[in-house]
Parts: sequence; C-alpha cells; structure tokens
Amino acid sequence: MNKSCNCGEKTSELDGILSKYEKDKSNLIQILNEVQEYYGYVPTKAQEEISKYLNIEMAEIYGVITFYSRFTLKPKGKYNIAVCLGTACFVKGSEKLLDTAKEALKIKEGETTPDGKFSLEATRCIGACGLAPVFTVNNEVYGKATPELMKKVIEEYKNKE
Amino acid sequence: MTLEKIKEIRKEKRKELDLRINLNADTKEKHILVCRGTGCTSSKSPKIIENFRKILKEKKIDNVRVIQTGCFGLCAKGPIVIIRPEDTFYAMVTPEDCEEIINTHIIEGKKVERLLCKDVDDKLVERLDELNFYKKQKRIALKNCGIIDPENIEEYIAFDGYKALEKVLTSMSQDDVIKEVTDSGLRGRGGAGFPTGKKWMFTKMAEGDQKYVVCNADEGDPGAFMDRSILEGDPHCVIEAMMIAGYAIGANKGYIYVRAEYPIAVQRFQKAIDQAREYEILGNNIWGTDFSFDLEIRLGAGAFVCGEETALLESIEGRRGQPRLKPPFPANAGLWQKPTLINNVETYANITKIILNGAEWYSSIGTETSKGTKVFALGGNVVNIGLVEVPMGTTLREIVFDIGGGIPNGHNFKVAQTGGPSGGCIPAEHLDTPIDYESLSAIGSMMGSGGLIVMDDTKCMVNLAKFYLGFTVDESCGKCTPCRIGTKRMLEIIEKITRGAGTEEDLENLEKLAINVKNASVCGLGQTAPNPVLSTLKYFRDEYEAHIKDKRCPAGECKALTKITIDPEKCKGCGLCKKQCPVNAIVGEPRKAHKINSAICIKCRACVNNCPFKAIS
Repeated sequence: MNKSCNCGEKTSELDGILSKYEKDKSNLIQILNEVQEYYGYVPTKAQEEISKYLNIEMAEIYGVITFYSRFTLKPKGKYNIAVCLGTACFVKGSEKLLDTAKEALKIKEGETTPDGKFSLEATRCIGACGLAPVFTVNNEVYGKATPELMKKVIEEYKNKE
Repeated sequence: MTLEKIKEIRKEKRKELDLRINLNADTKEKHILVCRGTGCTSSKSPKIIENFRKILKEKKIDNVRVIQTGCFGLCAKGPIVIIRPEDTFYAMVTPEDCEEIINTHIIEGKKVERLLCKDVDDKLVERLDELNFYKKQKRIALKNCGIIDPENIEEYIAFDGYKALEKVLTSMSQDDVIKEVTDSGLRGRGGAGFPTGKKWMFTKMAEGDQKYVVCNADEGDPGAFMDRSILEGDPHCVIEAMMIAGYAIGANKGYIYVRAEYPIAVQRFQKAIDQAREYEILGNNIWGTDFSFDLEIRLGAGAFVCGEETALLESIEGRRGQPRLKPPFPANAGLWQKPTLINNVETYANITKIILNGAEWYSSIGTETSKGTKVFALGGNVVNIGLVEVPMGTTLREIVFDIGGGIPNGHNFKVAQTGGPSGGCIPAEHLDTPIDYESLSAIGSMMGSGGLIVMDDTKCMVNLAKFYLGFTVDESCGKCTPCRIGTKRMLEIIEKITRGAGTEEDLENLEKLAINVKNASVCGLGQTAPNPVLSTLKYFRDEYEAHIKDKRCPAGECKALTKITIDPEKCKGCGLCKKQCPVNAIVGEPRKAHKINSAICIKCRACVNNCPFKAIS
C-alpha cells in the first residue's frame, strides 16, 4: 500500500524493487508500477536511480511517467477517492458523485487537499459495472453509490486518523 | 510431470467434480460455489467464503466444500452463491446469511426462500438454469467461468483442460492447427474482427529466428469487462490457447499485457502461470516433444491507446504507448521487430474449444460472416446487468429485453451503445438487427470488444457524445494531428452546443471535422473516435437542433439548458424538496406551493427525483 514518503530517500526499498528486475529497458513500466504502488507516486530520486539502473535518459523516463495515467509525480493523499467515470457508471450518474466529492473536499479532480489527507481522481472503468455507479477509497469499493453515500464516507474518513 | 500423469489427474478429478455439472449426480457431497469475480468480491464475497468454512468446521460437516469461482454473469444479483448438485441459486447473499444457509439448506434440506432470486416476471427461481437471463445464452468462451476454482489447475484439467494442447502436440501439424482455426471462421474479438486463422498463417509464414505470441488484455473500453472475467474465472484456458498459438506459428515465448487496474485478474493469472510451470506444462520440451513455451505478464499503466496492437507492443518494450505506422504489420515486425501474433483474451478463450470440438461444430454457430458466440458486458439502464454470451446473430432486442430483463424504473429504451468510445448508438428502430460484425457497422456502430451499454429516455445524446469525446481527447496519444487536435476541436464545438451557444454552422463544422478525423488519423483510436458523434447525429439530429435552435435539452441533462420549476397545482407543500436541496434554493411555507430560485439552483435534480407528487420538472 501507499507508504507516504515525501523525500524518496528510502533507497533500500527502491533497491529491493530494482533488484527483482533484469537490467532490461523493457522493464521500465513494470518498475514504475511498483514504485508508484509503494510510494504513492514516483519520486525524483527514484527516477534517478531507475535511470542509472536501466541506462535510460531521465527525459525518457519523464516522458513515460507523464504518458500513463497511473503514474503521478506528486504524492496522492492518504485517502485517494477515485470516482469511476466508465460508461456504465456515467449512465448511472457518477458525474454527480464527482461533483459531490469536489464540493465536500474543496479540490478538483487530480488534486490533493492541503493537509495531504485526501486526493480525488476520476478514473476509467474499474470493471465493477454491476455495482454502478461506484467509487473507491484506496482499495475499498463503494457500489450503487449516491451523493449521500459519498458525503457520508468522506465524513467518516475525515474523522479517521 | 508426464502426459500420462496429467491424464490420470483428469480422470480422478473429473469423478470428484462430477456434481459441478451433473445436476443428477448421485452423491452425498455438496459444493457451495461462491463468486470471486471483481463485482462480487467488492461486495464481500471473500468474507462469505470465510464464514461458510468457519461454520462448516464448527458444525463438523465434512461432506460440503466451499469453492471460489469466477463470474457467473449475473452481476446485478451479486454476491452470488450456488449450491451443487441441486443448482440452487442464492442472490445478494451477505456474510451474515451464511449461518442460515448452512442450517436450513445443508442441515434441514430446505431452501432459504428469502435469498432465492426473483426473475423479471417476479417468479421465484430456485435453479440457475431456470432464469430467463441464462435461457438464450450459449457459453463457449465462458464455459468454465463459475464452475471451476480458477486458482486450482487440477480443476481446470478435470474439465478437459490442456486436452486441446495434448491433441495439438500429439496429432496435429502446425498447418493442421491453422487450418482448423481458419475453417472455424473465428474472428478477432477485440473489436475489428480480423479473421484469426489468417493472422496465425501470416505470422507462421513470416521469416524470423524468434517469434512471439501476445495476448491483448488491455481492456480499455469503459463498461466492458469480459476479458477481465475470463482471466479471473478461467486463466488456464488463455494459457493453453497461447501455447497452441505458439506451436502453430513457431513461437516459444508469450506475453500477456494486462491492465494494472485489474489486480485480481493479474494475481490469478500469475498463479496460473506458476502452477502450469510446476506441472511442467509450461517449460522446455513439453511432454517430451520438441515444443517449448514460456509466458510472462506485462502490466499496463492506464492508457487506452495501448489496446491498439502496435501501441501495446511499444508499451511492452517499455516506452510511451504510441502506435506505429502500418505496414509493416506485427505479423512481420512486431515485438522487438520480430514476427508477433497478437490476439485478444476472448479470441484465445475460443481456441481450445475449436480444437477439441472441431471447426465444423464452431462454424455451425452464428451467422454467415460471423461465427461462434460473442460475450457482451451488459450495463447501464437495464435490469440484469452482467456478462452474457450469445450466438452471433442474436438480436439486440433479445439481449436487452429477454436476457437483460428490459429497462428499469418504468422508463423506455432509447439507445444501446456498443463499441465504447469507438462505437455508436443503436436506436430502437434497429433493435431487431441480428448482431454480427457487418450488421453493426452497417448501422453506424461496431462490435468493439463487447461493451453494451443500454440507455433509457432520460439520457441526452449530445451529452453522451460529449462524454465519449472527452474520453478520446484525454486518451489520444498525441502522435498524429487529426486525432490530437481534431478531437479537441470537436469537443469544444459540442461543449458550446451543450452550453446553449451553438449555431447551425457549428453543426456543419462538427460533421466535417468528424469525417476528416476519421479519414486522416493514424490508428484505430482516431479513426473511430468520431463514431459516437456521427451516430448520434445520424439518429438524433433533432436533439442537436433543439440545443441549438430552441436552446433546450429535450432529455433535461444539459444543466445550462434546463430550468427546474415546481408546478404550483401539483405541489402540496410537503417540504421534502426543500430538505433535499443541497444549496437551499427552494423556498416556501409548509402546505403551500414551493418555489425554486433559479439563480441559486445548481440543477442537481435531487428535488425532481424525490418529489412524491411529481410536481417538479
């Protein structure tokens, strides 16, 4: 799960990730996926290490990170709220869920609250269309959601550590 | 492990698992099957499994086993529990219901009536096969989903698993395999419908010291989840088919490119690979033959364009997923410029059945040009949301109404959308079109990967086109100008129309631009991106015109064009709307007609949806 680390200095974990992969350029996306999963974003320090390890230019790594929506350059919040905007959810009114979350958190999609507690994103289909509309908080899925449920869930997490 | 040993496992296991498919099995054993697909897992099915096992242990019941399976298909009724051999179907089960199911069903031998499923005609259904949802379906690609434990290779082997590979390796030449696939008439299930056998032949004929087999599991069409369900419910059938493909074209290495957003599928597929290696099904000189094969997972990272085959190859190689110019096609210059065969998950899922049952059997199903079955992810405004597999040639009406149970909440059918952001909308007048590749493109849509979203009469078609264009603008890779800039300009025009600022000239420009983007883009993404606009313009031009000429959104979805008012005749002054309003825009004394202050109203329609007297519109 996301280990919030603002410095990216914990290189021992990074070494652990890198050592699982051969020094083959085609492993770049696999490594970035693990780094993103571990830190909650791709720290600059990690990019430098990957660049040395795979012998790929920093610019190219930056190009790859910014191309794929799963990778981010800024840390996500402790609780990342993702509202599914896949078609099945859209048809069932997921835009209203997103609006409600924006209103409640006072941030836009792609942003993190100043205290680092919440981030909000609009995501593409997570494949739980039978439960549409859905949103997730970290890995917890909330199905058949309503704006009221969104408000309630955000309140619950606000009161959590 | 030798082939003999595998055959032995098949024989033994098949006996043990007979009650899974033989509903008249004479046995004291029972299997409780619990869906562990993504949908049911999200609604706590792991906890249900845990509870069942705990209770069985406490009560010392040892003739009942609890099995996790893949998706049963009827996701709307999840979490689903099925008890075999009697085939009792329990819907929307919660972890708290486990005790009652064990006490009533297992111990007392009675049904738990309150958990039985109600069909659309309100009839209480006891058995799975009695549900209307399943009556018109034919499961080929999904054959094992919901029957076997996907994390147990021996269960796969029991139901003819790796038997097609055995047949291929022991009695068929490369050309025999390709001929069988060609004769079956199977076409690519990823969207474009290219004949699979031809692709295999091209890749076999291509010269190269190293060839690759790739499985495209980058299921990006929002609302489609059939590939995910196959990987989650029956991962070995994809491995087996990729091996057969490897044998046919002369490749010893395969890659499967899966969305990282599908964690359960990724984890199960990895487990399946590990087990196949452990049983020496994947590896060198398989079963003493000259054939060697191994397989690796590559994760995607959230880019829709990577579903395009050459972009996918770029991504496997570790770069930005931007499509390559074709030709050369991947069959000649694919992964690391080597001959590469790329097929979609569902395409592979048909292969083992074609090899075992023969091309003639497969081609007897379907229409003249489209053979076999197609899996659709049925979603949106339809009662039975879920996964359905039907023979090609089934009509849309049968899928939406007979299988899907029609439109809920008393609304009417407006359109069915197939093909996702690359497809189009099919209006009611075409409901009786038999579905196949040709008929769908003839009416301005496409098969696509199989997302089928039903929409009722409350949906605005201009807003829908805006939604899809927003998607393609986000997902355009930026390589070619028509797609990168063209789709953006189209979106701007549509936004202008939904704001009520559109002109008739805008509509003309939109249409012209759409055709240009379609004709001039490099890859499938750009070439099909205008489809949602073109098809809604074709069938619902009047809605666009209403937005432009009358500054009105007929469906009431485009917020800038709607004004919500309370009918003073119908309003009883109950105050419910006032309580619902999130911005306090409603004023009024109790038991007197209320009013909405349009300056404050954000048109969220909470009041409209909650008024007991239908006084607000």
